[in-house]
Amino acid sequence: MAVQVVFRNRFLPYLLVAPQAAVTLVFFFWPAAQGMRQSLLREDAFGLSTEFVGLDNYVEALTDPRYLDTFLRSVAMSALVAFLSMSTALLLAAMADRAVRGGRAYRTLLIWPYAVAPALAGVLWFLMFNPTIGVVGVGLNRMGIAWNPYLDGAQAFVLVTVAASWKQVSYNFVFFLAGLQAIPAALIEAAAIDGASPFRRFWTIVFPLLAPTSFFLLVVNVVYAFFETFAVIHATTQGGPGGATETLVYKVFNDGFIGLDLGGSAAQSAVLMAIVAALTVAQFRLLDRKAGA
Amino acid sequence: MKLPRTIAAALLGGLLLTPAAHAATEIQWWHAMGGELGEKLASIAEGFNATQSDYKIVPIYKGNYTETMTAAVAAFRARQNPAIVQVFEVGTATMMAAKGAVYPVYKLMADTRQPFDPKVYLAAVTGYYTDSHDNMLSLPFNSSTPVMYYNKDAFKKAGLNPDMPPRTWPELETAAKALQKAGTPCGFTTGWQSWVQIENFSAWHNLPIGTRENGIAGLDTRLAIDSPAHVKHIGRMAAWQKSKIFDYGGRRSDAAPKFYKGDCAMYMNSSASYAGVKKNVGFAFGVAPLPFWPEIAKEPQNTIIGGASLWVLNGRPKAEYAGVAKFFSYLSSPAVQADWHQFTGYLPITKAAYELTRSQGFYDRNPGTDVAIKEITHKAPTANSKGLRFGNFVQIRDIINDELESAWAGKVDAKTALKTMVERGNKLLRAFEKANKG
Repeated sequence: MAVQVVFRNRFLPYLLVAPQAAVTLVFFFWPAAQGMRQSLLREDAFGLSTEFVGLDNYVEALTDPRYLDTFLRSVAMSALVAFLSMSTALLLAAMADRAVRGGRAYRTLLIWPYAVAPALAGVLWFLMFNPTIGVVGVGLNRMGIAWNPYLDGAQAFVLVTVAASWKQVSYNFVFFLAGLQAIPAALIEAAAIDGASPFRRFWTIVFPLLAPTSFFLLVVNVVYAFFETFAVIHATTQGGPGGATETLVYKVFNDGFIGLDLGGSAAQSAVLMAIVAALTVAQFRLLDRKAGA
Repeated sequence: MKLPRTIAAALLGGLLLTPAAHAATEIQWWHAMGGELGEKLASIAEGFNATQSDYKIVPIYKGNYTETMTAAVAAFRARQNPAIVQVFEVGTATMMAAKGAVYPVYKLMADTRQPFDPKVYLAAVTGYYTDSHDNMLSLPFNSSTPVMYYNKDAFKKAGLNPDMPPRTWPELETAAKALQKAGTPCGFTTGWQSWVQIENFSAWHNLPIGTRENGIAGLDTRLAIDSPAHVKHIGRMAAWQKSKIFDYGGRRSDAAPKFYKGDCAMYMNSSASYAGVKKNVGFAFGVAPLPFWPEIAKEPQNTIIGGASLWVLNGRPKAEYAGVAKFFSYLSSPAVQADWHQFTGYLPITKAAYELTRSQGFYDRNPGTDVAIKEITHKAPTANSKGLRFGNFVQIRDIINDELESAWAGKVDAKTALKTMVERGNKLLRAFEKANKG
């Protein structure tokens, strides 16, 4: 039974919402509006000469074949990070859930990497895999594998993706573990009595019941991979070699803050904003349908 | 844009709270020198502050070169800029185009009646920072030029004369093969590949990097780095990458450990890497000029510089500029310059500082430290070797890096890589021309 609470004062609700609204206005709408304005201008770095160019910046960005490459690369990286980190986390959570002894210790240890900043996670992996001084990197080369992520774009891409996924495993692990523990033991016991194997129990009972958690995590992970891998990339490859690890967010930074092309960078930000909006709408639609079903 | 402003405000707040010993005019100097260089820079500021009591130079470290420049640009837009900012050489075109933002050094010196003779400066250094009427727009601070470091012990082991480093690229190839036979895995590696193997390669062989005197004569410049000579050089390097006569080690100075550890016997990088090399190698090393291709040029021309210069920004109270001018005179004095040159390996900016260093016997005690000066003054600079001035050059260098990496990896041939560089680079040059024509 839902209890309906009615405010007597007509203004109180607005007053309560006001601080949040103010924060959103100042820190989101205002800069976003400035960004939109900037995206229609062509300006030198110091802002001494400004020219209104309409949609030129958008046309330039969207017709650049490298922009499309970067877009596809970002999508691939997001999909890989989401898949890698979620599948690993699910496996670990399923194990930790069943651990009889020392379960608490496992859980604590598995959550640790979440405390590592993305930039550090990236540096950590790159140091390990550095072809000249890294333990693994030198080892690989000794084994006759030509390992050099500074030269080979595919290797750099793999390394960034793995580093970003590793960091996200902990977060997913916590949610999956909570999800697993919320599944009534009686259901699984009943299935076990009926003779279902552990594997079958997992696929037919646990996995479907975890679906809402999984879906939530999928969206969170995709957004994470899209935006927060910035720190990993900035601390390691700076988008190289040959642009092999440049994502949409990194390109915005590179063009705007390194190249000082504010108009072009703002136009790309606007495109990014549209992508995020689309992702959010998709999430709500799908969640609504789930709730309705 | 918000963050730098907040930081600047916080720093400013901190400065205001510090009780001043006397009413000296404070002058902010934003710079990008971390570590030991930063400490040395601070000691120069302190040295100046101790000579007089009217002005106080306050150096503030703002991160790496790009971060410092971005911070200064953002601060200028917010009218919170410092009087002096250190800008790396590839940002020169952007600064020069920003006419309303920059207070040219020659004008500053004239307005404040500071004694200033542009002729005492080394033309090869200041050429980079003068306009087409030979007016000095910024004060060179830390300039270096690429040289070749080589492992004398490895040379001995391979039966090569350790006092006769290869002068030409074919000689280098022969030497590298001998070194590899004697057990050194790789012949040579390079830092800052665009600067060393494209820009300086061009100047050293008297080839244009771009039209319109490498961009110095006008914004309507186009890259010219896809000439047959360039294709030959990059093509050879790409082929050498396969046999490890050349081994790529990263964009900036990431290749250094390859040389330090003895994996590569030769290493091309900035003359300012001297201190780092000396500290990190466990073998005898030598310094040599960059090699050249005898088929392309009978004699090498001269190399060009890299590094940074000090720009004065508009919008500060008038009193500060008199102090800036005084400080620049102090900074250019032979004693300060010679000390900075000897401590860091950066080039001296005046002839007097070079002579002073020589008379102090520094070059005899530290053999190889004068190679850089000999390179940049090897011949009188031509239109191809005076320097370069391209807009959006930070991104163009990224493009050059991208395409060189593709060539080293064997994904494209040298000709395609260089052609793509020119095409993509010219697009950025046109964008810069459009944005700065007014």
